[in-house]
Amino acid sequence: MLKIWSMKKEQQKAENAAEGTTAAAPKKKKVTAAQLRVQKDLSELSLGNTMSTEFPDPDDILSFILYIEPDEGMYKGGRFSFTFNIPTSFPHEPPKVQCREKIYHPNIDLEGKVCLNILREDWKPVLNLNAVIVGLQFLFLEPNASDPLNKEAAEDLRNTREMFKRNVRTAMAGGTVRGETYHKVLV
Amino acid sequence: MTSQVHPSSEPARWRYLDQVRTRPGPFTNPDLFSGAQVAAAMESMKILVIGAGGLGCEILKNLALSGFKNIHVIDMDTIDISNLNRQFLFRQDDVGKSKAEVAARFVERRVRGVKITPHNKRIQDFDEDFYMQFQLVVCGLDSIEARRWINATLVNMVDEDVEDSYKPLIDGGTEGFKGQARVIIPTVTSCIECQLDMHAPRAAVPLCTLASIPRQPEHCIEWAHVIAWDQEKPFPALDKDDPEHISWLYQKALARAQEFNIQGVTYSLTQGVVKNIIPAIAATNSVIAAACCNEALKIASGCAPALGLPDNNYMMYSGNDAIYTYTFQHQRKEDCPVCGNRPRDLPVSGPQQTLRDLLDSLADRPEAQLKQPSARAVGKTLYMRVPESLEKQTRPNLDKTLAELGLEDGQEIAVSDPAFATVVFRFMLRFK
Ligand SMILES: [Zn+2]
Repeated sequence: MLKIWSMKKEQQKAENAAEGTTAAAPKKKKVTAAQLRVQKDLSELSLGNTMSTEFPDPDDILSFILYIEPDEGMYKGGRFSFTFNIPTSFPHEPPKVQCREKIYHPNIDLEGKVCLNILREDWKPVLNLNAVIVGLQFLFLEPNASDPLNKEAAEDLRNTREMFKRNVRTAMAGGTVRGETYHKVLV
Repeated sequence: MTSQVHPSSEPARWRYLDQVRTRPGPFTNPDLFSGAQVAAAMESMKILVIGAGGLGCEILKNLALSGFKNIHVIDMDTIDISNLNRQFLFRQDDVGKSKAEVAARFVERRVRGVKITPHNKRIQDFDEDFYMQFQLVVCGLDSIEARRWINATLVNMVDEDVEDSYKPLIDGGTEGFKGQARVIIPTVTSCIECQLDMHAPRAAVPLCTLASIPRQPEHCIEWAHVIAWDQEKPFPALDKDDPEHISWLYQKALARAQEFNIQGVTYSLTQGVVKNIIPAIAATNSVIAAACCNEALKIASGCAPALGLPDNNYMMYSGNDAIYTYTFQHQRKEDCPVCGNRPRDLPVSGPQQTLRDLLDSLADRPEAQLKQPSARAVGKTLYMRVPESLEKQTRPNLDKTLAELGLEDGQEIAVSDPAFATVVFRFMLRFK
């Protein structure tokens, strides 16, 4: 059985000579797979000028806040924030994302849960944080009445787009729509 | 026909096994084959089994009957009454006892001459010195986290100069009628982390389906679990093992099912959905455990080519639609965060060097040529160029010395650069 390892050892030696790696290192804790992946994802982020981040603890890159300020569409003029909590099983499991404000949106419920397919049923390890962020941005440009989490908002959007628009403005200003008072998110 | 062999007649028990393991076949690699010494070699070998559940019971029994004499088993769980239908080393009287201990004792009783050492602990409770004593590791786990942990540990233990530091990992897994057996030679063949895409993440139902148009009893339970619980917060935190909490979810799910005219919500279904219990099928466990243990026997004896040495390393089995198996080579990923790009040495002048100097030096090193590096160490963000807020927060670190940042000789740092978006480079600091 051990002969296998002599064979492999030769292979490794050849590889090491090419790579300049040496063994017998003093053992230190390694950066975890989830952290490496998040570091890579963060360095690929393209936030443009409508989004920004905040890291409550810069040493913990697995939790941060994303701010979105849509510059077009019905939610233009609002500032929305989402907490990102990335599990240590990332990217096997998707990041946990929640809206911090109570907003009037067909795909976001009153607790801040977000109905975005890639955050749940369509998540794949090849997807990255940028894909999630683009998905969130898209929700503000194209709210979707067919997958409702806030049923009233979805009904309004389906029935009369004009009234839905008015309701969005009312809610963003901190007003009440259908008996529900929303957070002021206008900047 | 009555058996001619008395059960206590030990040599007879191993007669057929010996015929298999001491005779070469047409594909046997003569360099790996132990031949006549195989029994002695296998007796001196220490093999570790992780998990003493559905797969683990099978694996322990199979290994003992394959001629392994010194087996250790780790499992932190205790026996639950619901295990008894398939975890056949356990009896009703064993409920509440340690799985590892009961399984070890049972197999020792039935297979004379085998020694099984149980560890009623978590795999994370042991260090590398412990894992170093084994020549082979066989996993029968149901959690992806535990697999990733042992995989990373075994890969991390590899020392190119020490033959014995390569511990082959044989991993079995089942889900209902499906399963897989694979062999991993750390840093040589593709590892569990490379193969993460082979694990379909838990099939989830769209949140909006739960919220608006439930169609199945499971949808009502998931609704109670992810939506109603958060809205009403009946207890401070959900404890999936607390019957009172499960009852609350069950009642909620039942009411919702009645509202939508859906049949089939029960207490035990609620428990199953909330705890994400995948139905385990005893026969699938047998198939997969048998495949794993045959690989263990072949790796240990060299009597026939084994999975993973080095070509085909992954056998998938599916019984969902008739029966199908497929064996293939899963390629190692060069950018695998666990086994790919092992840290390279990065010589630095010493602890008084600033982070800025260190990062600048990365641009000049021919094998790195990282002109816009961002860097992190374990639990510490050193400097990130993007996103903007993180850049601002970490910019003051640039003028700090490595000592001030807590960086020591032998410490690993991870470096990313937009020019190499697909990889994170790992370096090991080497103070001159
Ligand atoms: Zn790997």
